[in-house]
Amino acid sequence: MASSSHTDAGALPVARPRYIPNLAHLRFAPTVAGLCLLLIVLMAIFAPLIAPHDPIAMLPAQRLKPPSDTFLLGTDAYGRDLLSRLIYGARISLIVGLGVMVIAIAVGLPLGLLSGYFRTLDAILMRIMDGLMAIPSVLLAIAVVSLSGSSLLTVMIAITIPEVPRVVRLVRSVVLSARNEPYVEAAIAMGTRLPALLARHLMPNTYAPLIVQGTYICASAILTEAILSFLGAGIGTETPSWGNMISEGRMYFQLKPSLIFWPGVLLSICILSVNLIGDAARDLLDPRLKKRTGA
Amino acid sequence: MSDPVTRDPVTPVLAVTDLRVHLPASRIQVLDGISLDILPGETLCLVGESGSGKSVTSLATMGLLPKKALAIAGGSVRLEGEELVGASDARLRALRASRMAMIFQEPMTALNPVMPVGRQIEEVLKTHMHLSARERREKVLAMMEQVHLPNIERVYGSYPHQLSGGQRQRIMIAMALILDPKLLIADEPTTALDVTTQKQILKLIKEMQERMRTSVLFITHDMGVVADIADRVCVMHHGQMVETGAVADILRSPREDYTRRLLSAVPSLTPRPPRPDATREKVLTVSELAKTYAQRSLFGPKRETVAAEEVSFTLGRGRTLGIVGESGSGKSTVARCVMRLIDPTSGSIRLGTQEVSDLSPATLRPFRKRIQMIFQDPYRSLNPRINVGESIAEGPCNFGLPKAQALRRARELMTLVGLPEDAVERFPHQFSGGQRQRIAIARALAMEPDVLVADEAVSALDVSVQAQVLDLLADLQTRLGIAILFITHDLRVAAQICDDVVVMHKGRIVEHGTAEDVLARPRADYTRDLLAAAPGRHWDFANFRPLETAV
Repeated sequence: MASSSHTDAGALPVARPRYIPNLAHLRFAPTVAGLCLLLIVLMAIFAPLIAPHDPIAMLPAQRLKPPSDTFLLGTDAYGRDLLSRLIYGARISLIVGLGVMVIAIAVGLPLGLLSGYFRTLDAILMRIMDGLMAIPSVLLAIAVVSLSGSSLLTVMIAITIPEVPRVVRLVRSVVLSARNEPYVEAAIAMGTRLPALLARHLMPNTYAPLIVQGTYICASAILTEAILSFLGAGIGTETPSWGNMISEGRMYFQLKPSLIFWPGVLLSICILSVNLIGDAARDLLDPRLKKRTGA
Repeated sequence: MSDPVTRDPVTPVLAVTDLRVHLPASRIQVLDGISLDILPGETLCLVGESGSGKSVTSLATMGLLPKKALAIAGGSVRLEGEELVGASDARLRALRASRMAMIFQEPMTALNPVMPVGRQIEEVLKTHMHLSARERREKVLAMMEQVHLPNIERVYGSYPHQLSGGQRQRIMIAMALILDPKLLIADEPTTALDVTTQKQILKLIKEMQERMRTSVLFITHDMGVVADIADRVCVMHHGQMVETGAVADILRSPREDYTRRLLSAVPSLTPRPPRPDATREKVLTVSELAKTYAQRSLFGPKRETVAAEEVSFTLGRGRTLGIVGESGSGKSTVARCVMRLIDPTSGSIRLGTQEVSDLSPATLRPFRKRIQMIFQDPYRSLNPRINVGESIAEGPCNFGLPKAQALRRARELMTLVGLPEDAVERFPHQFSGGQRQRIAIARALAMEPDVLVADEAVSALDVSVQAQVLDLLADLQTRLGIAILFITHDLRVAAQICDDVVVMHKGRIVEHGTAEDVLARPRADYTRDLLAAAPGRHWDFANFRPLETAV
């Protein structure tokens, strides 16, 4: 605030120390969410080490068993260990969540940068994006999966398609406002070529909003995958995912409610955690909100 | 800081004694023992550069300090004898508008954009008085009449964006004065306005003050405004009072060193003596330049807005040409066309002998080197994510200079603009506004251009920093022989730095000549109006005396 006026040319402000995160500033909700997500990630990575049984081995003699010493959460209608299936199911959710996020940003970021920079391209590209956004995402996914067969990749692509326009629009809006900044005009005046201009001066502005948007895409992809699995249009039932576990468990709901309960709980915790981390990231990256919370 | 002049034992409208404000978290003092009082009907000007604490003083008085961020640490603020420090929020709310009122710098953001302005004035009456709807409306219309708004019935139902800047400020004044407060606090109320509008608003404040016997606490950084309207002046620096006294005393015989420096930094309206045009070599020739914006609409005819028309001028090597005008006069449009940041609709732009107005981006690129720009806002003209050394080196690197060599050159340029060379590794936020503007100049110079376009390059800076940056530009010009196209709304700055001046109005050139001719012997009516509206034109600040030769 107090800018030294007469010593303008001479004295320089002391270089500020680099940002050091202070653990005492961590807030409760995002911290818990982060820990939950960390647990789920560890569970997915070390699934073969943690899982007490093979998640797809069927033991017809052990169908719908209640929790016991051998089967900690009991077994499902085919005699598969519920706990092991839950642990392996985390893999699908995380792969789909992260995969969709990465693909959506990888496709949307360049399109958004170009769309924000070139007016003519923008007019065409935005109408295509409007068209994509008008298609109900679950219906589109079902159509894509039923046309090309259900595999992890097709499911991910099917979920990614409706997410791309959101990324494009976000990046475009950031570029639109940033391209009028004097430092961008200065770079143009200095003869900076377009690729360098985009990469060096425009793209960095999109990082903060993209990180936030990315977490929301991740959470919504996990949920959409579960919905697709539940509807039978997701990944085949031989690969356990929380969605298809709920779908299969629905028939035995009255006999054994825990078949739906546990995958449901994990799914909720996972999505809630990702969303809370997204909120925290937004608070941290948006200087206006930071001021308000006094963090 | 006590005033040696003995005054009548009148109770001051506002008496601030030893006011101290700090940041509660770090206990940093923002205001350190401010004392001032304002008598009925008096105008006290609070002057100082940015960060001097003048706005904090006004906010503390109004009880509007941002909670938690700033807190009053001691002292007293008395409005007509009533203590405001420690008064309840409810009491302060009742006092605001009814006994003290405030107007702000930017009326567009101070008004609610989704409510007609008439209803916004009425809101004040609703909150503080019990009147019928008809009485309220009549009172509002009467007040709008008093602030000389045209066509009041129509303005009553208008939204802020439908009014001009001056009209919006009149609405703010009407809103502030409708309950007949004893004290009006005006925080840089004319800074965002053009000089001709500023003159009208200042006249209005003066007129309202005389009619209603309101005391005015006027906050400004502009010594010209001070000379025009103040009864007494209070100079602030770094949260402390430097000097206070009657306006004539302060301007004629400032006691404190800081006040003297502040006054000396105010550029004079007297144009600089003309320099001989040594080389006669033209580096920039613009002829018949025009820029029209076509507004396509789905329904109705195509509308065209003419931003600039029939603009012609030449700029010689090592000379400075000023383009002067108010907002909307098209001066920035011309600058941006010349830079080819926007494409001119028609006309020719020649850099040396090369026509550049119709070159494609690829063929234009080699000529970019020869013309560089400095922007108004030093906080936005440098990429915040790149250290300043790399920012300066970017241009030369674009044209094939090896990175290491470009960075070495960046260090030399830092010294050239008066900054330590090891500062190249710092980021823009670690510098003050004036320092950033020096870096922007260094960045432009790195390209070794023939022409430097400075678009309001010193307008965002405090006067003392402004003077330093202007000196730097003049010094670089004599050393490197650069031609400068200097775009400004400030006639004082133009008088100091320009050899020739072009006056623009509504997209056209109304007068063109040497600085001496245009500013001392203006021929066009518009130029005369502009000069007449320049605040403090009868005063020679640097020499502490009135000017005999008033325009």
